[in-house]
Amino acid sequence: MTKLIELQVGDCLKEVELPPVSRIDLIKYAGASGDYNPIHTIDEEAKKAGLPGIIAHGMWTMGNLTKLFTPYYEQGFIRDYSIRFKGMVFLDDIVTLKATLKEKERNRLRFNVSAVNQHGNEVITGEVVFVTY
Amino acid sequence: MFAAYVGRCSNKVKNIVERGAVKKFAEAIGDPHPIYWDEETGKKSRYQMNIAPPTFPRVFDYGIIEGLNLPNKGLIHGEQQFHYERPLFVGEEVFCYSKIESYYEKQSSMGKLGLLVVKNYGEDEEGNVIFTSSSTIIITEAVRKAMAL
Repeated sequence: MTKLIELQVGDCLKEVELPPVSRIDLIKYAGASGDYNPIHTIDEEAKKAGLPGIIAHGMWTMGNLTKLFTPYYEQGFIRDYSIRFKGMVFLDDIVTLKATLKEKERNRLRFNVSAVNQHGNEVITGEVVFVTY
Repeated sequence: MFAAYVGRCSNKVKNIVERGAVKKFAEAIGDPHPIYWDEETGKKSRYQMNIAPPTFPRVFDYGIIEGLNLPNKGLIHGEQQFHYERPLFVGEEVFCYSKIESYYEKQSSMGKLGLLVVKNYGEDEEGNVIFTSSSTIIITEAVRKAMAL
């Protein structure tokens, strides 16, 4: 396994491409998170809200992204994680999760992170500060 | 008006980082790593127990801010931040509350937007902060009108 502390600025973690977003993904997240806002699960409610169809919970995408860091739990933990929700994620979208090391200060690793859809548009962007033990 | 609520806090609520809830949440974000649910993996880890995914605090109950009624529809989640002093442990008790951090309005192409920042706190029994999170919620003019504000 890669030692995160040995990464150089500009290095990337291995990207993850998610399977196409399905309704069941969003129903599962609604149940697991307790966020039952119907624009994420029910077509008519999404349309009433002026959307072309149901959209993923922003927190679903944000939650997915942390899996890039999960394998490194023995090396450290995520101290800070901040995200700006920039675009909507629709059914059947294919989202790719990315992290690039931006800055390294002793045991503090600052990554630029993003989730990008199949059109190359960023749907969330932000930062992860991973602190090694 | 939301501005009147700035600085107000909810009552503290005791939450438990429940094993089944963590497993379900990890699956729902497509991250069923054994560190979140397998007891053996947890015991052998440096934490000697299982941990919860960083965005898990979404499921906690943060209590109620007296008088604040946010609509359950029409809100836009603009930004979200988490800060941890250490990972959350499966099985531990976390005392949670929220505070209205700020509210301001700004002109945009969508009309006048209200930006409400809510900060959530998770503390251990002694009152030490384990994590904080902060959500920026965008409240459009249409939603505010519907609320007659």
